[in-house]
Amino acid sequence: MVITISEINKQDRKKNLSLFFLHGKRKGDKIFRGLVIAAACYTLLMIALVIFSVGSGSKDIFLKEGFFGFLTGTDWNSVEGRESYGALPYIIGTLISSALAMAIGVPVSLGIAIFSSEMAPAKISTPLSFIIELLAAVPSIIYGLWALFVFRFWVRDLIEEPLHNAFGSIPFFAQTPFGLDVFSAGIVLSIMIIPIVSSISREIIKAVPDSQREAAYSLGATRWETVRTAIFPYAKSGLLGAAILGLGRAIGETILVTMIIGNTIGIAAIPTSLFSQSQTLASLIANEFNEASSSLQLSALIGLGAVLLILTMGINIGARLLVSRMVKVNAGARE
Amino acid sequence: MQGKTAGQNSNNNNKQKIHDMMSKHSNRRKTVDKIVSIFSIACVLAAIIPLGSILLEVIKNGALAISLQLLTQPPGAIGATLEDSGGIAPAIQGTLIVVGLASAIGIPIGILAGIYLSEFGSSTGFFPHAVRLFNDVLTGLPSVVIGIVGYITIVVTIGSFSVLAGAFSLSIIMIPIVVRVTEETLKIVPNSIREAGYSLGISRWKITLFVVLKSAKSGVLTGIVLAISRIAGETAPLIMTILGTSLFFTNFDKPIDALPLRIWRLASQPYDTAHSEGWGAALLLIIIVLIASLVLRLLVQRKGFRVKTLHV
Repeated sequence: MVITISEINKQDRKKNLSLFFLHGKRKGDKIFRGLVIAAACYTLLMIALVIFSVGSGSKDIFLKEGFFGFLTGTDWNSVEGRESYGALPYIIGTLISSALAMAIGVPVSLGIAIFSSEMAPAKISTPLSFIIELLAAVPSIIYGLWALFVFRFWVRDLIEEPLHNAFGSIPFFAQTPFGLDVFSAGIVLSIMIIPIVSSISREIIKAVPDSQREAAYSLGATRWETVRTAIFPYAKSGLLGAAILGLGRAIGETILVTMIIGNTIGIAAIPTSLFSQSQTLASLIANEFNEASSSLQLSALIGLGAVLLILTMGINIGARLLVSRMVKVNAGARE
Repeated sequence: MQGKTAGQNSNNNNKQKIHDMMSKHSNRRKTVDKIVSIFSIACVLAAIIPLGSILLEVIKNGALAISLQLLTQPPGAIGATLEDSGGIAPAIQGTLIVVGLASAIGIPIGILAGIYLSEFGSSTGFFPHAVRLFNDVLTGLPSVVIGIVGYITIVVTIGSFSVLAGAFSLSIIMIPIVVRVTEETLKIVPNSIREAGYSLGISRWKITLFVVLKSAKSGVLTGIVLAISRIAGETAPLIMTILGTSLFFTNFDKPIDALPLRIWRLASQPYDTAHSEGWGAALLLIIIVLIASLVLRLLVQRKGFRVKTLHV
């Protein structure tokens, strides 16, 4: 005969072990269970609320311009009677600044991860991870302030002007650099995503079993060859996930980009060179939300939010599918 | 068995690759290795220099700007001289109120949902799986989109930019972080502790709250501090919810100021006094956030408790 826990409980209750712990038992459990399930439902409710809010707020603009019309339009005209809004320049601005951030941030993050997990002794790697964590804790408004008043002059004087002077005849480097452009936005974004990408990459590289490294070293591989042949193949899906997480951050970053990208509007926001001023989806929302002159303009701004929502959700879910597919492929190879 | 042959296969592949490399000139391999080493050290420097510069500039410019006037006065007229330019006191007050209210909403819900995922939600069920997935999706959403949610649900409904809308938006950013950390931490608590509780006939909710949660206290606290320091620095959602004002707190359905928002407004003014005040506000904000993460760090070290990297 199996004695269930509740039966044991009944016996215990008779013994009156502890009045506090035994008081109101069944009922308490039910209430508690209800509470935690309600809290779990709350997170689902929030997602529903996000989709509902963004959807209802942007309904007007999608009705007026049409879904694809809004996505491909380049106007941003809030003059009454001639109102016309399109998201294309800001989608391009977002993609280019994030791509720059990834191109700079991901290799640097990998370098840091390799250094702190494979090269540095614990004496260095522990304080290093502490510093990286501090970097992650700095609010983006402070990155923005620093970028606006300090860093953009470094970028302009040390990188942009030499590049412009040397290659100014190529359209890619044309335009006089001011330090407020897609290039500096990309660099500052990369600084902002480095902490998160590098700390996740480090954890992933550390999780690679030592037998992998030992096998490579025992065959006489140098450190880099070990990393390349034994660690990267093992860790690649995780590293890809880390990079994509950084991409999500870069695409959604608002206030920092607003302060450094130059904030142009309409067709001028499509960057024609590396040193063009531009605008991203998030930065235009932040810039105009409080100054919107009509409900249609507000709806257009929320429409930009809808595009941003679709973009980031797509990236998140895509990353998930990609990673799980890679894991499956690896598992398939094992069978 | 199958796993073993696969392991041998990949080992063979690696052997083949490494053999190929060995046959090449060994000097070149060493040079490449050195270049990569130098590259990764350069990467580390590339990350440390900005941090050093940020801290240096904020402390240098901020310390010059901080004064009793800055800390206790409301903002003066835009472009005023230093004596009349006022301070950022409403922003300090606003940050404390909005973040406090957001925490009051976010922390209990986050902890309870984390308890659900760790203690009640089986790893295979559909509902816990969905909660986990959407919690992650919520973490990845840009904060400006969360601001739109606060605007549509509260600002439009009550007809005014308000403390409530700001706190509600920040709580949406906070909850997934707390949920995630609570779940991860509670999962580390050994089952034997729960079983010991059950064997004494203690009811489940008491075991969960007074035994499991208590023994995971430092980890959960880590999550809370992390979440608070994250929302204290958020700017974008506040633009569309609390709006910002130069007045002190009057009511929960009225606009209020906050430090990040004030920094942004000050930085976009073309006056040196405004910029200087902006640095002062930045110093205050960074002190709040960095002290929070230092406390967190000490807490974690003292308890000998280690959370794996939190992907939040």
